[in-house]
Amino acid sequence: MKIAVLSGKGGTGKTLVSVNLASAFEEAIYIDCDVEEPNGHLFFKPDDVVEKEILVKTPVVDHDKCSGCRTCVEFCKFNALAFINQKVKVFDSICHSCGGCSLICPEHAIKEKDKAIGVIESGQSQNVKVITGRLNTGEETGVPIIKELLHLNREEVLNTVIDCPPGSSCMVMESIKDADYCVLIAEPTLFGRHNLNMVYDLVKLFDKPFGCVLNKCIQGENPSESFCVDENIPIIGRIPFDKNLGAINSNGTIITRVSMAYDALFKAILNRIEEEVSR
Amino acid sequence: MKIAIPVDEKNLESTVCISFGRTPYFLIYDTEKEAHTFLDNSAAASQGGAGIKAAQAVVDQNVHALLTPRCGENASEVLSEAGVKIYKTNGTSIKENIESFNQNGLSMLTEIHAGLHQHK
Repeated sequence: MKIAVLSGKGGTGKTLVSVNLASAFEEAIYIDCDVEEPNGHLFFKPDDVVEKEILVKTPVVDHDKCSGCRTCVEFCKFNALAFINQKVKVFDSICHSCGGCSLICPEHAIKEKDKAIGVIESGQSQNVKVITGRLNTGEETGVPIIKELLHLNREEVLNTVIDCPPGSSCMVMESIKDADYCVLIAEPTLFGRHNLNMVYDLVKLFDKPFGCVLNKCIQGENPSESFCVDENIPIIGRIPFDKNLGAINSNGTIITRVSMAYDALFKAILNRIEEEVSR
Repeated sequence: MKIAIPVDEKNLESTVCISFGRTPYFLIYDTEKEAHTFLDNSAAASQGGAGIKAAQAVVDQNVHALLTPRCGENASEVLSEAGVKIYKTNGTSIKENIESFNQNGLSMLTEIHAGLHQHK
Protein backbone atom coordinates (compact mmCIF):
# COMPACT_ATOMS: atom_id res chain seq x y z
CA MET A 1 0.00 0.00 0.00
CA LYS A 2 1.20 3.49 -0.88
CA ILE A 3 -0.01 6.35 1.31
CA ALA A 4 0.56 9.96 0.23
CA VAL A 5 0.47 12.67 2.88
CA LEU A 6 -0.34 16.17 1.68
CA SER A 7 -1.55 19.59 2.77
CA GLY A 8 -2.36 22.93 1.19
CA LYS A 9 0.47 24.72 2.94
CA GLY A 10 3.72 24.02 4.75
CA GLY A 11 3.89 23.57 8.51
CA THR A 12 0.61 21.70 8.98
CA GLY A 13 2.28 18.45 10.01
CA LYS A 14 2.89 16.44 6.83
CA THR A 15 6.31 15.32 7.94
CA LEU A 16 5.16 14.62 11.52
CA VAL A 17 2.39 12.36 10.20
CA SER A 18 4.44 10.78 7.38
CA VAL A 19 7.41 9.94 9.57
CA ASN A 20 5.24 8.49 12.32
CA LEU A 21 2.96 6.51 9.99
CA ALA A 22 6.04 4.94 8.37
CA SER A 23 7.49 4.23 11.77
CA ALA A 24 4.23 2.70 13.04
CA PHE A 25 4.35 0.01 10.32
CA GLU A 26 6.29 -3.14 11.17
CA GLU A 27 8.43 -2.44 8.16
CA ALA A 28 8.01 0.41 5.69
CA ILE A 29 9.51 2.83 3.20
CA TYR A 30 9.43 6.56 3.74
CA ILE A 31 9.85 8.69 0.60
CA ASP A 32 10.45 12.41 1.03
CA CYS A 33 9.05 14.05 -2.12
CA ASP A 34 9.25 17.53 -0.57
CA VAL A 35 12.41 17.95 -2.60
CA GLU A 36 12.74 21.71 -2.05
CA GLU A 37 13.14 21.25 1.69
CA PRO A 38 13.27 17.55 2.60
CA ASN A 39 13.31 17.16 6.37
CA GLY A 40 12.11 13.61 7.16
CA HIS A 41 15.75 12.48 7.29
CA LEU A 42 16.29 14.81 10.28
CA PHE A 43 13.96 12.51 12.25
CA PHE A 44 15.08 9.16 10.84
CA LYS A 45 18.82 9.93 10.78
CA PRO A 46 19.31 7.03 8.34
CA ASP A 47 22.51 4.94 8.22
CA ASP A 48 24.44 3.65 5.20
CA VAL A 49 23.19 6.45 2.98
CA VAL A 50 23.77 5.96 -0.75
CA GLU A 51 23.51 8.97 -3.04
CA LYS A 52 22.39 9.03 -6.67
CA GLU A 53 22.62 12.10 -8.89
CA ILE A 54 19.52 13.05 -10.89
CA LEU A 55 20.12 14.33 -14.40
CA VAL A 56 17.77 15.92 -16.91
CA LYS A 57 18.34 16.62 -20.58
CA THR A 58 18.42 20.13 -22.02
CA PRO A 59 18.93 21.05 -25.68
CA VAL A 60 22.17 22.37 -27.15
CA VAL A 61 21.96 23.96 -30.58
CA ASP A 62 24.71 23.64 -33.17
CA HIS A 63 24.43 27.12 -34.70
CA ASP A 64 26.46 26.12 -37.76
CA LYS A 65 23.95 23.41 -38.67
CA CYS A 66 20.86 25.50 -37.76
CA SER A 67 19.06 26.81 -40.84
CA GLY A 68 16.87 29.20 -38.85
CA CYS A 69 13.65 27.45 -39.85
CA ARG A 70 12.20 27.87 -36.34
CA THR A 71 10.56 24.43 -36.39
CA CYS A 72 11.85 23.84 -32.86
CA VAL A 73 10.63 27.24 -31.58
CA GLU A 74 7.14 26.58 -32.96
CA PHE A 75 7.16 23.04 -31.60
CA CYS A 76 8.08 23.79 -27.97
CA LYS A 77 4.82 23.91 -26.01
CA PHE A 78 6.68 25.27 -22.99
CA ASN A 79 8.09 28.22 -24.97
CA ALA A 80 11.61 27.35 -23.83
CA LEU A 81 13.10 28.34 -27.19
CA ALA A 82 13.32 31.72 -28.90
CA PHE A 83 14.87 32.81 -32.19
CA ILE A 84 16.83 36.02 -31.80
CA ASN A 85 19.55 37.52 -34.02
CA GLN A 86 19.34 34.49 -36.34
CA LYS A 87 20.11 32.12 -33.46
CA VAL A 88 18.02 29.73 -31.37
CA LYS A 89 18.19 30.67 -27.70
CA VAL A 90 17.44 28.01 -25.07
CA PHE A 91 15.85 28.83 -21.71
CA ASP A 92 17.05 25.88 -19.63
CA SER A 93 14.86 26.82 -16.66
CA ILE A 94 11.67 26.63 -18.78
CA CYS A 95 12.65 23.39 -20.59
CA HIS A 96 10.73 20.30 -19.47
CA SER A 97 13.28 17.91 -21.03
CA CYS A 98 10.78 16.36 -23.44
CA GLY A 99 13.42 15.98 -26.17
CA GLY A 100 10.96 17.01 -28.87
CA CYS A 101 13.10 19.80 -30.35
CA SER A 102 16.02 17.48 -31.04
CA LEU A 103 13.72 14.94 -32.72
CA ILE A 104 11.91 17.46 -34.87
CA CYS A 105 14.88 19.54 -36.07
CA PRO A 106 15.17 18.90 -39.85
CA GLU A 107 18.89 19.78 -39.80
CA HIS A 108 19.68 17.56 -36.78
CA ALA A 109 21.21 20.63 -35.21
CA ILE A 110 19.93 19.99 -31.69
CA LYS A 111 21.61 17.59 -29.29
CA GLU A 112 20.88 17.09 -25.62
CA LYS A 113 23.22 17.51 -22.71
CA ASP A 114 22.89 16.23 -19.14
CA LYS A 115 22.22 18.68 -16.39
CA ALA A 116 22.31 17.64 -12.71
CA ILE A 117 19.34 19.04 -10.81
CA GLY A 118 19.61 17.17 -7.51
CA VAL A 119 20.15 13.87 -5.72
CA ILE A 120 18.28 10.93 -4.23
CA GLU A 121 19.62 9.60 -0.92
CA SER A 122 18.67 6.15 0.40
CA GLY A 123 19.41 4.80 3.87
CA GLN A 124 17.95 2.73 6.69
CA SER A 125 16.54 3.80 10.05
CA GLN A 126 15.49 0.78 12.16
CA ASN A 127 12.30 -0.59 10.52
CA VAL A 128 12.12 2.15 7.89
CA LYS A 129 13.94 2.53 4.60
CA VAL A 130 14.38 6.27 4.12
CA ILE A 131 14.54 7.72 0.60
CA THR A 132 15.03 11.46 0.23
CA GLY A 133 14.83 13.60 -2.89
CA ARG A 134 16.82 16.80 -2.84
CA LEU A 135 16.56 19.52 -5.48
CA ASN A 136 19.57 21.77 -6.04
CA THR A 137 19.05 25.37 -4.95
CA GLY A 138 17.91 27.57 -7.82
CA GLU A 139 16.41 24.78 -9.93
CA GLU A 140 12.89 25.47 -11.17
CA THR A 141 11.15 22.16 -10.66
CA GLY A 142 11.63 18.97 -8.70
CA VAL A 143 9.24 16.92 -10.83
CA PRO A 144 12.04 14.83 -12.47
CA ILE A 145 13.38 13.92 -9.02
CA ILE A 146 9.93 12.94 -7.74
CA LYS A 147 9.34 10.84 -10.89
CA GLU A 148 12.61 9.00 -10.28
CA LEU A 149 11.87 8.57 -6.54
CA LEU A 150 8.56 6.88 -7.30
CA HIS A 151 9.84 5.00 -10.35
CA LEU A 152 12.60 3.38 -8.30
CA ASN A 153 9.96 2.30 -5.80
CA ARG A 154 7.29 1.11 -8.25
CA GLU A 155 7.84 -2.64 -7.82
CA GLU A 156 8.17 -2.36 -4.05
CA VAL A 157 5.81 -4.53 -2.02
CA LEU A 158 6.54 -2.92 1.35
CA ASN A 159 4.13 -0.33 2.67
CA THR A 160 5.21 3.12 1.55
CA VAL A 161 4.54 6.57 2.95
CA ILE A 162 5.04 9.49 0.57
CA ASP A 163 5.72 12.85 2.20
CA CYS A 164 4.48 15.36 -0.42
CA PRO A 165 5.54 18.94 -1.09
CA PRO A 166 3.10 21.55 0.26
CA GLY A 167 0.33 22.96 -1.93
CA SER A 168 -1.35 21.48 -4.98
CA SER A 169 1.21 22.15 -7.73
CA CYS A 170 2.67 19.82 -10.39
CA MET A 171 5.12 18.45 -7.82
CA VAL A 172 2.25 17.38 -5.55
CA MET A 173 0.32 15.84 -8.46
CA GLU A 174 3.41 13.85 -9.39
CA SER A 175 3.81 12.72 -5.76
CA ILE A 176 0.25 11.39 -5.35
CA LYS A 177 -0.11 9.86 -8.82
CA ASP A 178 0.60 6.27 -7.75
CA ALA A 179 -0.81 6.51 -4.23
CA ASP A 180 -3.51 4.08 -3.04
CA TYR A 181 -4.66 6.53 -0.39
CA CYS A 182 -4.21 10.23 0.33
CA VAL A 183 -4.03 11.66 3.83
CA LEU A 184 -4.89 15.36 4.02
CA ILE A 185 -3.45 17.20 7.02
CA ALA A 186 -5.35 20.25 8.26
CA GLU A 187 -4.94 22.93 10.90
CA PRO A 188 -7.86 24.17 13.04
CA THR A 189 -8.06 27.67 11.50
CA LEU A 190 -9.93 29.40 8.68
CA PHE A 191 -6.66 29.56 6.78
CA GLY A 192 -6.21 25.84 7.44
CA ARG A 193 -9.70 25.20 6.08
CA HIS A 194 -8.87 27.14 2.90
CA ASN A 195 -5.69 25.10 2.41
CA LEU A 196 -7.57 21.86 3.09
CA ASN A 197 -10.03 22.83 0.35
CA MET A 198 -7.13 23.14 -2.13
CA VAL A 199 -5.86 19.59 -1.58
CA TYR A 200 -9.42 18.27 -1.30
CA ASP A 201 -10.09 19.57 -4.83
CA LEU A 202 -6.87 17.92 -6.01
CA VAL A 203 -7.53 14.43 -4.61
CA LYS A 204 -11.10 14.54 -5.95
CA LEU A 205 -9.69 15.38 -9.38
CA PHE A 206 -7.33 12.39 -9.13
CA ASP A 207 -10.17 10.19 -7.91
CA LYS A 208 -8.12 8.88 -4.99
CA PRO A 209 -9.56 7.54 -1.75
CA PHE A 210 -8.69 9.99 0.99
CA GLY A 211 -9.24 11.03 4.58
CA CYS A 212 -8.29 13.91 6.79
CA VAL A 213 -6.06 14.06 9.87
CA LEU A 214 -6.87 17.10 12.00
CA ASN A 215 -3.64 18.37 13.55
CA LYS A 216 -3.07 20.80 16.45
CA CYS A 217 -6.59 20.17 17.74
CA ILE A 218 -7.68 22.53 20.53
CA GLN A 219 -10.92 23.05 22.44
CA GLY A 220 -13.60 24.93 20.57
CA GLU A 221 -14.45 25.49 16.96
CA ASN A 222 -12.36 23.79 14.26
CA PRO A 223 -13.11 25.25 10.79
CA SER A 224 -11.31 22.33 9.11
CA GLU A 225 -13.43 19.83 11.02
CA SER A 226 -16.65 21.59 9.98
CA PHE A 227 -15.38 21.52 6.40
CA CYS A 228 -14.87 17.74 6.63
CA VAL A 229 -18.38 17.32 8.05
CA ASP A 230 -19.91 19.54 5.34
CA GLU A 231 -18.08 17.74 2.53
CA ASN A 232 -18.39 14.22 3.98
CA ILE A 233 -14.62 13.82 4.25
CA PRO A 234 -13.72 10.95 6.60
CA ILE A 235 -11.76 12.19 9.63
CA ILE A 236 -9.26 9.40 10.17
CA GLY A 237 -7.34 10.89 13.08
CA ARG A 238 -6.95 13.79 15.46
CA ILE A 239 -3.63 14.94 16.85
CA PRO A 240 -3.92 17.21 19.88
CA PHE A 241 -2.18 20.57 20.25
CA ASP A 242 0.33 19.11 22.68
CA LYS A 243 3.38 21.09 23.81
CA ASN A 244 5.10 17.88 24.83
CA LEU A 245 4.69 16.49 21.30
CA GLY A 246 5.98 19.80 19.94
CA ALA A 247 9.08 19.66 22.14
CA ILE A 248 9.88 16.03 21.28
CA ASN A 249 9.26 16.63 17.57
CA SER A 250 11.44 19.79 17.58
CA ASN A 251 14.31 17.71 18.88
CA GLY A 252 14.06 15.46 15.84
CA THR A 253 12.71 12.51 17.84
CA ILE A 254 10.08 10.26 16.30
CA ILE A 255 7.21 10.35 18.79
CA THR A 256 5.92 6.83 18.05
CA ARG A 257 9.35 5.47 18.99
CA VAL A 258 9.23 7.03 22.45
CA SER A 259 5.53 7.32 23.39
CA MET A 260 3.10 4.41 23.71
CA ALA A 261 0.14 6.79 23.50
CA TYR A 262 1.26 8.35 20.24
CA ASP A 263 2.30 4.95 18.86
CA ALA A 264 -1.30 3.85 19.49
CA LEU A 265 -2.67 7.04 17.90
CA PHE A 266 -0.69 6.56 14.66
CA LYS A 267 -1.37 2.79 14.56
CA ALA A 268 -5.10 3.61 14.82
CA ILE A 269 -4.74 5.94 11.82
CA LEU A 270 -2.96 3.16 9.90
CA ASN A 271 -5.71 0.69 10.74
CA ARG A 272 -8.32 3.15 9.56
CA ILE A 273 -6.42 3.68 6.27
CA GLU A 274 -6.12 -0.08 5.74
CA GLU A 275 -9.87 -0.44 6.29
CA GLU A 276 -10.64 2.38 3.87
CA VAL A 277 -8.31 0.99 1.18
CA SER A 278 -9.64 -2.59 1.44
CA ARG A 279 -13.25 -1.36 1.17
CA MET B 1 10.10 54.21 -35.38
CA LYS B 2 7.92 51.19 -34.56
CA ILE B 3 6.88 50.60 -30.99
CA ALA B 4 4.78 47.92 -29.26
CA ILE B 5 2.38 48.34 -26.33
CA PRO B 6 0.41 45.57 -24.58
CA VAL B 7 -3.26 46.66 -24.71
CA ASP B 8 -6.54 45.38 -23.31
CA GLU B 9 -8.64 45.95 -26.42
CA LYS B 10 -8.14 46.50 -30.14
CA ASN B 11 -8.67 50.25 -30.21
CA LEU B 12 -6.62 53.33 -29.37
CA GLU B 13 -9.12 54.42 -26.70
CA SER B 14 -8.43 51.21 -24.77
CA THR B 15 -5.93 50.89 -21.92
CA VAL B 16 -2.40 49.59 -21.47
CA CYS B 17 -2.58 45.98 -20.24
CA ILE B 18 -0.97 45.38 -16.83
CA SER B 19 0.67 42.17 -18.12
CA PHE B 20 3.20 41.93 -20.92
CA GLY B 21 3.34 38.16 -21.50
CA ARG B 22 -0.37 37.55 -21.11
CA THR B 23 -1.78 40.69 -22.68
CA PRO B 24 -4.58 39.83 -25.15
CA TYR B 25 -3.23 42.20 -27.85
CA PHE B 26 -0.23 44.26 -28.81
CA LEU B 27 -0.56 47.65 -30.44
CA ILE B 28 2.17 48.05 -33.06
CA TYR B 29 2.52 51.77 -33.68
CA ASP B 30 4.66 53.57 -36.24
CA THR B 31 5.56 56.98 -34.78
CA GLU B 32 6.61 58.49 -38.13
CA LYS B 33 3.68 57.30 -40.22
CA GLU B 34 1.31 57.56 -37.23
CA ALA B 35 -0.08 54.23 -38.40
CA HIS B 36 -1.03 51.31 -36.24
CA THR B 37 -2.02 47.64 -36.28
CA PHE B 38 -3.12 45.24 -33.57
CA LEU B 39 -1.50 41.87 -33.01
CA ASP B 40 -3.24 39.00 -31.22
CA ASN B 41 -0.97 37.67 -28.49
CA SER B 42 -1.03 33.89 -28.95
CA ALA B 43 1.19 33.56 -25.85
CA ALA B 44 -1.67 34.70 -23.60
CA ALA B 45 -3.02 31.17 -23.26
CA SER B 46 0.37 29.48 -22.74
CA GLN B 47 0.77 27.33 -19.66
CA GLY B 48 4.27 28.62 -19.18
CA GLY B 49 6.91 30.68 -20.91
CA ALA B 50 4.31 33.25 -22.04
CA GLY B 51 6.84 36.07 -21.67
CA ILE B 52 9.32 34.40 -24.02
CA LYS B 53 6.69 33.73 -26.67
CA ALA B 54 5.20 37.22 -26.40
CA ALA B 55 8.67 38.76 -26.61
CA GLN B 56 9.40 36.66 -29.70
CA ALA B 57 6.22 37.99 -31.34
CA VAL B 58 7.22 41.57 -30.53
CA VAL B 59 10.78 41.04 -31.79
CA ASP B 60 9.42 39.55 -35.04
CA GLN B 61 7.52 42.81 -35.65
CA ASN B 62 10.90 44.58 -35.87
CA VAL B 63 9.92 47.14 -33.28
CA HIS B 64 12.52 49.44 -31.74
CA ALA B 65 10.85 49.85 -28.39
CA LEU B 66 8.32 48.27 -26.07
CA LEU B 67 6.18 50.40 -23.74
CA THR B 68 4.96 48.29 -20.84
CA PRO B 69 4.15 48.62 -17.14
CA ARG B 70 5.94 45.39 -16.25
CA CYS B 71 8.23 42.81 -17.81
CA GLY B 72 9.58 39.46 -16.63
CA GLU B 73 13.21 38.44 -16.74
CA ASN B 74 12.96 35.87 -19.55
CA ALA B 75 11.01 38.25 -21.79
CA SER B 76 13.44 41.04 -21.02
CA GLU B 77 16.35 38.76 -22.00
CA VAL B 78 14.77 38.04 -25.39
CA LEU B 79 13.94 41.71 -25.98
CA SER B 80 17.28 43.13 -24.93
CA GLU B 81 19.27 40.57 -26.95
CA ALA B 82 17.21 41.58 -29.96
CA GLY B 83 17.93 45.24 -29.23
CA VAL B 84 14.37 46.21 -28.28
CA LYS B 85 14.41 48.99 -25.66
CA ILE B 86 11.91 48.64 -22.83
CA TYR B 87 10.20 51.79 -21.53
CA LYS B 88 7.93 52.01 -18.51
CA THR B 89 4.42 53.24 -19.26
CA ASN B 90 3.00 56.09 -17.23
CA GLY B 91 -0.71 55.72 -16.50
CA THR B 92 -3.04 53.53 -18.56
CA SER B 93 -3.88 55.79 -21.53
CA ILE B 94 -2.44 54.47 -24.78
CA LYS B 95 -2.48 57.87 -26.51
CA GLU B 96 -0.83 59.67 -23.60
CA ASN B 97 1.92 57.07 -23.45
CA ILE B 98 2.61 57.40 -27.19
CA GLU B 99 2.68 61.18 -26.73
CA SER B 100 5.08 60.92 -23.77
CA PHE B 101 7.29 58.52 -25.71
CA ASN B 102 7.44 60.92 -28.67
CA GLN B 103 8.53 63.72 -26.32
CA ASN B 104 11.15 61.49 -24.63
CA GLY B 105 9.04 61.61 -21.50
CA LEU B 106 9.15 57.90 -20.61
CA SER B 107 11.94 56.34 -18.58
CA MET B 108 13.51 52.94 -19.21
CA LEU B 109 11.93 50.03 -17.31
CA THR B 110 14.52 48.98 -14.75
CA GLU B 111 12.52 46.70 -12.45
CA ILE B 112 12.49 43.33 -14.14
CA HIS B 113 10.48 40.83 -12.11
CA ALA B 114 11.25 37.14 -11.73
CA GLY B 115 8.96 34.72 -13.55
CA LEU B 116 5.66 33.82 -11.95
CA HIS B 117 5.97 30.09 -12.50
CA GLN B 118 2.91 29.05 -10.57
CA HIS B 119 2.27 26.14 -12.90
CA LYS B 120 5.32 24.29 -11.54
